[in-house]
Amino acid sequence: MMGWFLSVLHCEFLRSGPVDTALLVGGSAAVVCAVIGVFTVLRGHAFAGHALGDVSSAGGSASFLAGISPLAGFLGIAALAALALEFLGVRKVREQDVATGIVLGAGLGLSALFLYFDITTTSTTGAAVTVMFGSMFALSSSIKWPAIIVACLALVAMGLLYRPLILSVVDPELASTRGISNHWIGVVHLLMLAMAVALAALSVGSVLASALLIGPAAASIRLSRRPTVAILGAVIIGLLAVWGGVWMAYESYYWFSGNSWPVSFFVVAIIFIIYLLTIPLKYLTGRKTPVPVAVQHATGAS
Amino acid sequence: MIQQRNGERRVHMPKFEESSKVALAADVPGPATEQPLLAVDDLTVKIGTRVLLQGVSFTLSPGEFCGLIGENGAGKTTLLRSLVGTQPSPHGCVKVCGFPPSRARGMVGYVPQKINFAPDLPLRVCDLVQLGCDGHRLGPRWFSRKSSEAVSRALAAVGAEQFAKQRIGELSGGQQQRAVIAHALARQPRLLLLDEPLANLDFKSANELARLLGHLTREHGIAVLITAHDMNPLLSLMDRVVYLAGGRAACGSVEEVIQSESLSRLYGYPVAVIKHSGRIMIVPDTEGPQPDEACYMEPSNGRNRERITK
Ligand SMILES: Nc1ncnc2c1ncn2[C@@H]1O[C@H](COP(=O)(O)OP(=O)(O)OP(=O)(O)O)[C@@H](O)[C@H]1O
Ligand SMILES: [Mg+2]
Repeated sequence: MMGWFLSVLHCEFLRSGPVDTALLVGGSAAVVCAVIGVFTVLRGHAFAGHALGDVSSAGGSASFLAGISPLAGFLGIAALAALALEFLGVRKVREQDVATGIVLGAGLGLSALFLYFDITTTSTTGAAVTVMFGSMFALSSSIKWPAIIVACLALVAMGLLYRPLILSVVDPELASTRGISNHWIGVVHLLMLAMAVALAALSVGSVLASALLIGPAAASIRLSRRPTVAILGAVIIGLLAVWGGVWMAYESYYWFSGNSWPVSFFVVAIIFIIYLLTIPLKYLTGRKTPVPVAVQHATGAS
Repeated sequence: MIQQRNGERRVHMPKFEESSKVALAADVPGPATEQPLLAVDDLTVKIGTRVLLQGVSFTLSPGEFCGLIGENGAGKTTLLRSLVGTQPSPHGCVKVCGFPPSRARGMVGYVPQKINFAPDLPLRVCDLVQLGCDGHRLGPRWFSRKSSEAVSRALAAVGAEQFAKQRIGELSGGQQQRAVIAHALARQPRLLLLDEPLANLDFKSANELARLLGHLTREHGIAVLITAHDMNPLLSLMDRVVYLAGGRAACGSVEEVIQSESLSRLYGYPVAVIKHSGRIMIVPDTEGPQPDEACYMEPSNGRNRERITK
């Protein structure tokens, strides 16, 4: 088994420069998305996360025009959009979808404009596909360190705010009696969400960013009973999907006789399959617990 | 047995001046020199132009068990929120052990009236209680024996050990209620504010919880301020009652407030207090004249009925 595994991972695979970059950037995106995705799903901000991803395409396409790093473009626009969401009232249940929809519309309009300029004024013909659907093997290796730094910043912020975040997800009133400001927690969460989405947009494309953000987190939440386990599970699923996707895309060159398929396809496919698998798994694990506890409680409480 | 029936519908607050005097008198018997655990002085809460509470003043000493009653919308929850410092824009002075609420959070445990836990929330009961110890802290949590002991003590106190390892969203309402109380107890507060903690509990749990609260006040000197519409499980424990009506508050001793007349006036609905074999019971007085029944029953007006059934 192990021998097979090693032989599959041709030494070539790990030695190739683009693969190296893809593994690092994609891996940091997977970890950050998994951790922040769990809170995003629990707060009911999945749609806002998706919208931030779509909107960040405006930044990605602008970065082609301006000749700056795409990460800066994605991150800048995602952060701006996050602040706009906050301003328009994303945390009020009624206004949440409206605020998200408005920001999404405005951002995609900008993105349409920038992509039009990309195609007409510069020679970057593949810009639209790269921005929207990502191409991890085409990432320049100079982006490795900025991506890792952004990821570390997001993770440190998350590590610091972990407990207040959980408490405010569980119940805002319980949190505020502890002196936690739900307002500031919400703002910081949206900014961290922007970081996660920017990293995801860089690796799997802005349209597919929400798959990496929501999928692993949602699958893991279904299966776990503890917040830490949910986060760990999401990290594992995310890494499995991204690294597995990179490897499959690399290998698909040999599978399909010289026509390799896009990484993003494999990543999203793996996430989707894992999510589907959690449904029967949840059913199997869910059946075990209730019976003994109910009996215990009925008889043993005295 | 039934002391008095009162069919009168609308009501004004019972004699404030007199009750407040009684309250002042009732404050003295405790160790008078001791600083009160909770001192509320001339608290006024407005939302917009609406005055929810006006000039509320009372104190609570360590070990005191105090009920907070009033009809729906009287402002009980608002008052409790002002005491934990989450109510926006209160005026007046609230002191917990001499500190303003925002600086006394470690000393106050609060159980909100209503929490909706999402069924898929990946959080066990013991995790929630652990958050009660340290949920406001920054940085990762390192294992500490002291806090894990505090957690198991709080779980044991409310009898939640059996379901401590279950997801909180998958429990029954009463089990969730107990978990939240354990959350509030985890930090070993000196003042416990409970908003309708008995609302979801069965007889046994309600009485056990009442016993637990009584134990906490007697043995640990915790002061308890509790709202409840069904006060029966608490009657033997309460030292005092604060009652709210029309935005104003007054305190009274249990004997004084728990009477058919004053309760009926307070709720605007006939209530009977029954004393039987040394116990007191509060029941809605369904035999007396019912105030508003007629308007729901009116069969003649089809339009009216339609509006009601809608
Ligand atoms: N955020 C708010 N905005 C406007 N009015 C409010 C707000 N919160 C409470 N109120 C008003 O304040 C009044 C008191 O509310 P509160 O929740 O304190 O009542 P309560 O005594 O706890 O009632 P219940 O027995 O039903 O729990 C109510 O009439 C309510 O309409
Ligand atoms: Mg209330």
